[in-house]
Amino acid sequence: MSAAPSLPARRTPPGVFVALVLTLAIGWLVVTLDGGRLFSLPTTVSLLHVAAGLGLVAVGQTLVIVGGSLDLSVAYVVSLSTLVAAETMAGDDGALLPAICLALAASATIGLVNGLLVTTARINPFIATVGVGLLLKGYLDNGYDGPAGKTAPSLVQGLGYQRVGPVPLSFLLLLAVAAAAWFVLTRTRFGHHLIAVGGDPEVARLSGVRGTRVLVTAHVLCALCAGLAGVYLASRLGAGAPRVGTEGLYDLESIAAVVLGGTALAGGRGGVVGTVGGVLLLASIDAVFNQLEVDVFFSR
Amino acid sequence: MSGLPPSPLLALRGIGKSFLGVRVLDGVDLQVRPGEVHAVVGENGAGKSTLMKVVSGVHQPDEGTVEFAGAPRTFRTPREAQQAGIGTVHQELTLLPERTVAENVWLGREPLRRGLVDRRAMLSHTARLLASIGEGSLPPGTRVGRLGVAQQQVVEIVKALALDARLLVMDEPTAALADHEVDQLYALVRRLQEHGIGVLYVSHRLKEVFDLSSRITVLKDGRAVATLDTADTGADQLVRHMVGRELSSYYPDLARPQELGPVRLTVRCAGNRKLRGIDLRLRAGEVLGVGGLQGSGRSALARALFGAAPFSTGHVSVDGAPVRLRSPRAAMRAGIAYVSEDRKGEGIVAEQSVLDNALLAARAVRAVHPGRGGRGARTARVRELLAAVDLRAAGEDQEIRYLSGGNQQKAVLARWLALAPRILLFDEPTRGIDVGAKSAIHDLVRRLARDGAAVLMVSSELPELLGMSDRVIVMRDGRIAGELAAGATEEDVIALAVGTVGEAAG
Repeated sequence: MSAAPSLPARRTPPGVFVALVLTLAIGWLVVTLDGGRLFSLPTTVSLLHVAAGLGLVAVGQTLVIVGGSLDLSVAYVVSLSTLVAAETMAGDDGALLPAICLALAASATIGLVNGLLVTTARINPFIATVGVGLLLKGYLDNGYDGPAGKTAPSLVQGLGYQRVGPVPLSFLLLLAVAAAAWFVLTRTRFGHHLIAVGGDPEVARLSGVRGTRVLVTAHVLCALCAGLAGVYLASRLGAGAPRVGTEGLYDLESIAAVVLGGTALAGGRGGVVGTVGGVLLLASIDAVFNQLEVDVFFSR
Repeated sequence: MSGLPPSPLLALRGIGKSFLGVRVLDGVDLQVRPGEVHAVVGENGAGKSTLMKVVSGVHQPDEGTVEFAGAPRTFRTPREAQQAGIGTVHQELTLLPERTVAENVWLGREPLRRGLVDRRAMLSHTARLLASIGEGSLPPGTRVGRLGVAQQQVVEIVKALALDARLLVMDEPTAALADHEVDQLYALVRRLQEHGIGVLYVSHRLKEVFDLSSRITVLKDGRAVATLDTADTGADQLVRHMVGRELSSYYPDLARPQELGPVRLTVRCAGNRKLRGIDLRLRAGEVLGVGGLQGSGRSALARALFGAAPFSTGHVSVDGAPVRLRSPRAAMRAGIAYVSEDRKGEGIVAEQSVLDNALLAARAVRAVHPGRGGRGARTARVRELLAAVDLRAAGEDQEIRYLSGGNQQKAVLARWLALAPRILLFDEPTRGIDVGAKSAIHDLVRRLARDGAAVLMVSSELPELLGMSDRVIVMRDGRIAGELAAGATEEDVIALAVGTVGEAAG
């Protein structure tokens, strides 16, 4: 042994960041030729807001996908969370904390159900989470025709509209959550075990990893992230919205962001950094098309 | 070797194990001393892998005792055996290609520092372990997927050693290695030996066994028939212990000289990643048997001829015309059919009906909607073939997975006969098939040859290989090690297969 072992060299950053820079450059060019401005303050702020909502969901989605699973119920969890939060607050700042806790607890419970269906009941994650999503859809469609409840004003002013320069508070929240998820994946046993389970459940089992526990935890964390996105959207909208999750396509776009970020859909490879890149890429495309006033199916 | 301490590290006494009433191990005694490399040899199905799995805690013996480090032990799970100090290097690698060497070695037992994974400790422990077995040049932070197979094998061994293993079970560790990598493994095993670690070494390859081991236990039909000191044993003696059983089954008559037709298939200097320098001629009316050990290239040869894993070099001609077998489709066009050894994975479509399974190949090469009359005629033809192969099913709409192995195989056969192939490749045609259906398949194979087809049949069952074949070629290390005429003995085949004789030796 000649030299002390060095930490593994950082892997090259995912190609998604190259795509992001190219998209922004080409987008800026096209928008400028079109007579608009891509990097004006309102556009930038709006881009980061879009990224914040999608990003929170996508970071959670990264955890389950890395573990070899999938969560297609996130869009409904987002909607449900806006409603639980806004209705519990009912416009009262005093109820802020309990309302957020309740929304997150409801989300976590759904994540727990997802996780148990996927692991203990051994139902294919696609089927299990779509099924749970449809149950939630039934509840939402049945109980609500439109916005309900009222978000506490302090939350609207804070998480909803507060900015540091051009950067919304919500985007900083996304960065914090992403950093936490990155830390969990790279620095904790849970993270290592999750990636191993996603890579090969049998290898993980032979190495003494308790796969069920790991995957259930990942599903709970994923649902928590979606719940947090719901709280954020409630702060933006001022009320609970029963269809905000599905109309925002948070299920498919979050998976798209994860895959764009270089995480293998089969699990075992990838991470949060790429996902944030994927989210920014999707948000940028969204912003460019908004500026050009092109109506494509995913532009909101 | 006289300096070995007398007290055994591992002592198996009277180990017996049955699966579904079939006795796989029967009263096996075996001892491994500290620092000893103890080889276990035997034919396919002799019980080697089961014995290894008993030692490593995957299976529990029905009878007998396992003593480890002087105390009787019962290992209910691989984890319990690992904790006791028995590491296992499985035949197939159990590593995560996307993770680093260190992450793989410590998976499930990551060192912690203040509750977090201590990556520095992980890397330095791994580096120390690697250095201790002389593999210090392997960087512990590399992704395993970027390593060669031999280096991955090293990682696998280090993973076992990280448990402070005192006994290492190695099941066919060289199966996936190239020659120079095998040398590396030798050196590694010898270094383990110096550290006082006992090694239980399973291999088909007699050369390795003689190079590495101090003692050899021969398993045959689940019994330990002999334990020999390697230094006092010759290869011939070992082979004699491994084989030797009476030829009891009935096989159809071999081809008479006048039944042999012109050369159907010629292969010259062909090779690919698994095969080198293949030269062979296959005549109409002939059954050519292909013998050899697992991984010797016999299946690779069949797959190459069918275009499933094509030759990358060399020339192939069918009935005198050069052909390029780049894909199964190309091979089918050339009149070649292939019955895979992996019936469940590559032979049948389990959830489809018998008829759909039998129609698969015909549908693939002919138009999907062959117009009026065409489809009906095709189906009628396949029905006739199903009757001709004497397939027994509740109905042709029955899902094929409910049929016995023998009847499944007949449906697969009917599928190929629908294309009227001129060359048939069989890989283990009777694997997992009961005795009655077996001889029906044998009769069918011979009948096809008599009707003018050229047949190449891979078999690891020596009685079948010798009983069915007009000629036998034996593969070793991706080459044809030699050819045997009808009337050869099992010893002849084994000798060629393990490399005690033959032109490709050394």
